[in-house]
Amino acid sequence: MVLGVGPFQVRIRARIAALTGFLSRMYRDFPLHPPDSFADVRVRLYRPRSWRRYFQPQVCFERDGKRIFHPFPLSHAPPLFEWGLNWCIATRAHQYLMLHAAVLERGGRALILPATPGSGKSTLCAALMHRGWRLLSDEFGLVREDSRLDPLPRPIPLKNESIGVIRAFAPEAELGPEFPKTRKGTVAHVKPTGASVRRMEESAVPAWIVFPRFQRDARAVLEPVPASYAFLRLAYNAFNYEVLGAEGFRRVGRLIHRCRHFNFSYGRLEDAVEIFDSLASAS
Amino acid sequence: MKAQRLLLQALRKPEIVVGLPDSRMEDLMVVAERSRLTATLGHRLADAGILAALPGRVRRHFEAAMIEARFRSRLIRWEMNRVARALRPLDVTVVALKGAAYLLLDLPLARGRLPADLDILVRREDLSRVERRLTEAGWRSAELSEYDQRYYRRWMHEIPPLRHPQRYVEVDVHHALLPLTARLQADDELLWSSVREVSCSRFRVLAPEDLVLHAVVHLFHDSDCANRLRDLVDIDGLLRHFSARDRDFWHRLTERARAHGLERPLTYAFHVGRRLLHTPVPAEWLNPGRANPLLRRWMTALMCRALPPSAPDDLDLGAAAARWLLYLRSHYLRMPLNLLIPHLLRKALAGKRH
Repeated sequence: MVLGVGPFQVRIRARIAALTGFLSRMYRDFPLHPPDSFADVRVRLYRPRSWRRYFQPQVCFERDGKRIFHPFPLSHAPPLFEWGLNWCIATRAHQYLMLHAAVLERGGRALILPATPGSGKSTLCAALMHRGWRLLSDEFGLVREDSRLDPLPRPIPLKNESIGVIRAFAPEAELGPEFPKTRKGTVAHVKPTGASVRRMEESAVPAWIVFPRFQRDARAVLEPVPASYAFLRLAYNAFNYEVLGAEGFRRVGRLIHRCRHFNFSYGRLEDAVEIFDSLASAS
Repeated sequence: MKAQRLLLQALRKPEIVVGLPDSRMEDLMVVAERSRLTATLGHRLADAGILAALPGRVRRHFEAAMIEARFRSRLIRWEMNRVARALRPLDVTVVALKGAAYLLLDLPLARGRLPADLDILVRREDLSRVERRLTEAGWRSAELSEYDQRYYRRWMHEIPPLRHPQRYVEVDVHHALLPLTARLQADDELLWSSVREVSCSRFRVLAPEDLVLHAVVHLFHDSDCANRLRDLVDIDGLLRHFSARDRDFWHRLTERARAHGLERPLTYAFHVGRRLLHTPVPAEWLNPGRANPLLRRWMTALMCRALPPSAPDDLDLGAAAARWLLYLRSHYLRMPLNLLIPHLLRKALAGKRH
């Protein structure tokens, strides 16, 4: 099948029940294209033929007929698909400057949350998505030549405690099955909201770059940072800043010019939602 | 029609890409990716003025691949810069080989290539000084087993690859063009005597004929040809480039091959290149090796079979068999049997191919 995900058409070939179930649930609202359409990304998941097949079944991920990654336990086929697809995009889609960031939109303006360890980006992103923000992406800020951001809504992977946090914070959130003991601990995915998927062809203008930092029980503080600081942090956090060369420098520069930039530390999701709401409602 | 034939056609005549139905276009992209030729094809489409006429989705793929190829070239240039700086105190001649040489000479075929390593050549007597200097300047040798270390040092034409921990590019320092144990050996004196300077660079390059012969030997003597269309495209590009600028080139190339004793691989390169990429080798120069015509035909057929990438789902037993035979041949040519058999056994037991 050829699945439309944001700007990409993804050909998925797999006969693995767990994956089919996952896809039909988490990608329910996404468009399916006819099988003879041109696919940008071509992946296949399959069970390798080996003696393990019978008592410790595994699954492999292949792009264009070439295996990437080591095999995963068969039951982890869905997270393998998600990571694999990220990898396929990050290694090839150099028409974009690809920021490693969550991106959300409100009123046509985009909020960029660059990922750094301990930022709680995915949790924050899932929370905002359930409080009136449209999800552009949890993983990729796809910056076009004209500085607009293209959406790439996908299921948001939550890790460990975050799963319970989001279940409590947004009971309406639709979560997929939990995958215990992946290399990132237990993972469960949040389905993107209907509006995020319906509007996935609508790009947004970058407006705010916020570097989040989660600190248990901390007061929420939003603090402006100098452009130079934001530039370096954003550039070093991109997937393909170096690949783009001078064009990468120009794109980050334009982005910095067009946005306001902040450091943000927080301890409670409610505070974060409130602060971002006031950011969005101010002109 | 099979996808690899589509790729060959597109390389020869980029115009055929216009108007391909979506599913064929995708087949083409898959084999182009598999043989790492997407960016090369993209440049050919751009030169033919038809890249802009392709559907946006397809065009963006070519453009993205071209961006990545430019990045790889930058990495190689930067690594050359670093190596030149490290070797400044040494009075040794350093020759840039393969991709690095194509970049230095600014050859058209350099565009769209995806070089992964920096290959340099130094005289054998300078080797240990160069290696020591690079190690002092921070390059590290890959961790190899003692056996692999010995394999490199005693039998090969290069030392184990070096890499600077802060960068991605591997530096391969060669002291000969072919393994020490190989059945063919280029004439080192001849090679060194015609090395050229490049303006504004510390590096030198091989003479054009040697540049071609080096690429030829690598593909048609020292490899199993499996999925190495990329290397044939290089040879084709070199031959077209030099023969267009020098009417006498075919003659000099053939003479040179004779002087080095490399007529056999050159003959294969001519025949396979003509068949797959329509390399314009004039009929009178086609057979520098005077090889047994039957053998030549058979080898050409095998190589034409093994070189193009197979499509992922294509169970191509013919190509698999050709590759297996050529794999055996490449090892046979690389080392005498009394060295080769223990080596292959050891590799088989260790579970990896060299």
